Amino acid sequence: MKVQSRYKFLAVLAAVVLMSFAILSSGPSVSAAGEGKITGTVKLSGTAPHMKGIDMSKDPYCSKAHESNPAKMENVVVGAGGGLANVALYLSDGLSGSAPNAIPATEPEFTQKGCMYSPHVMVVDVNQKFKVTTQDQTTHNIHPLPSPGSGNIGWNKSQPPGAPPIETTWGHPEVAVTVKCNIHPWMHGWHVVVQGPYAVTDDSGNYTINNVPPGNYTVSAWQEEYGTQTAKVTVAAGKPGTADFTFKAK
Amino acid sequence: MRTSLLKGSLWVTAAAVLTFANVSSAQNTEYQEQQWMGMQSHVGKLTGHAGDAKGDYRRYCVGCHGELGDGNGENFPWLDPKPRDFTLGVFKCRSTPTGTLPTDEDLFNTIARGLVTSNMPQWNTFTSQQRADLVAFVKHFSARFQTEKPGEPIQIPPEPPVTPERVKAGQEVYNRVQCWKCHGVEGRGNGPSASTLTDDQSRPIAPYNFHDEIRFKCGTTDQDLYKIFMTGLDGTPMPSWSDNIKPDEAWDLVFYLRSLQPMKSKEKEFAKQLGLKPVNPNAPAAQPPAAEPTPTPTPPPPPAPPGSQP
Repeated sequence: MKVQSRYKFLAVLAAVVLMSFAILSSGPSVSAAGEGKITGTVKLSGTAPHMKGIDMSKDPYCSKAHESNPAKMENVVVGAGGGLANVALYLSDGLSGSAPNAIPATEPEFTQKGCMYSPHVMVVDVNQKFKVTTQDQTTHNIHPLPSPGSGNIGWNKSQPPGAPPIETTWGHPEVAVTVKCNIHPWMHGWHVVVQGPYAVTDDSGNYTINNVPPGNYTVSAWQEEYGTQTAKVTVAAGKPGTADFTFKAK
Repeated sequence: MRTSLLKGSLWVTAAAVLTFANVSSAQNTEYQEQQWMGMQSHVGKLTGHAGDAKGDYRRYCVGCHGELGDGNGENFPWLDPKPRDFTLGVFKCRSTPTGTLPTDEDLFNTIARGLVTSNMPQWNTFTSQQRADLVAFVKHFSARFQTEKPGEPIQIPPEPPVTPERVKAGQEVYNRVQCWKCHGVEGRGNGPSASTLTDDQSRPIAPYNFHDEIRFKCGTTDQDLYKIFMTGLDGTPMPSWSDNIKPDEAWDLVFYLRSLQPMKSKEKEFAKQLGLKPVNPNAPAAQPPAAEPTPTPTPPPPPAPPGSQP
């Protein structure tokens, strides 16, 4: 009896010690990384190009999903006030050695819904876990095609209705990995793989890159049709940096 | 006199051109020789050496796969499908999961077997040692083989006996995961997505027609067929199905696909006994397709008994 209670005490002690370790080790890194941020807006100047409608008649399930809201291409999505959506923003220069290793604990989701990819552009950190899911009652194949020299390796997996998520990572930075579905040739999305903090613009073209330690950076903005622009930004303690970008319509 | 002079100068020019061409190609191979000619392969007890395959590659392979292994040989413009680009290190026929390198044995078998419905013939005149050397030579073209190990071959459970139930269950798998999207309701390679399929280089590519061929792209055995759909054919639209077809179901699917082929088989006989007809998933428009494959073999149009025509 006595021996048992002593074991119990030891077990509780061990648990407490382990937990305090966990709290201590996770605590500081979050607060250190969470110090600063970079915000801004990405706009398109000029007339936005016409986005073609998508003919999904090949697959009745897909066309039915867009009966009331016809599907359009998403290469250039312009919102209110000329804000450009789906632009990936990341720090292409200025991160110190330790910062790129803090991989975010969040697990972004790249989902197939109504035979389209949502989000159209997903940004992840190198080695950050993400999942590919399907909400469709039709079979898709997910076929990322990284460029041969990037170090990333392509694959091709099926997701029939009700398929479990695919959980995976990208091991090397690449702006950007194209993703397609061979069964539905209009389906086209992007995985932008970067090192360190990142953001994607919302429907109004606004973005916030969180967890940026104070310092001087180069922010890159990538848009699938218009390429990359950069800006120099300084982030001070308690003072967020700002960087606005304007892409010119071709 | 004059013509002979002209002839002579032509010869000189030709010789110069030839020498120059030789020098430039020699430089390329020299670079790779220094880097990677030490590449080896291991197949059973054999060890293949890239350096020993130089002669065979130049004689038998270079015409299609090219001096640099990039698939850009002199026959390239006339071939469809195009010759494999070895520099990418992406191969269709593997025992390993999608996105991983094939084993040396996979490549060894591909060379002997050739690739049906392509211009790659069966190279079964080579000795095993020659083939092992060529495997090493094929590998030396791609940086992937310098830095990565082959994938872990997938586990294939022992083949169960064929039964009518299994053939029927196989058809249900075919419908549930929607193989017909590309391969067609009857397995004739004419599904709704067939006409727009492209390979990784965006070149048109056709899905396999089960009624046309006795051989599969990556072999002739049931195990080969199992591997094809569980690992996928990398570089093509054919994905890996291993996340969504369980090993036991995979055997069912193997048996069903066998029943579609042109030659006589137990599977075909069972399918006939069962009166198994292709189920058109888009016909009963009221129900969401393929949620539960109905066992009634009553419905839809093309009633051709599978495999009636080659």
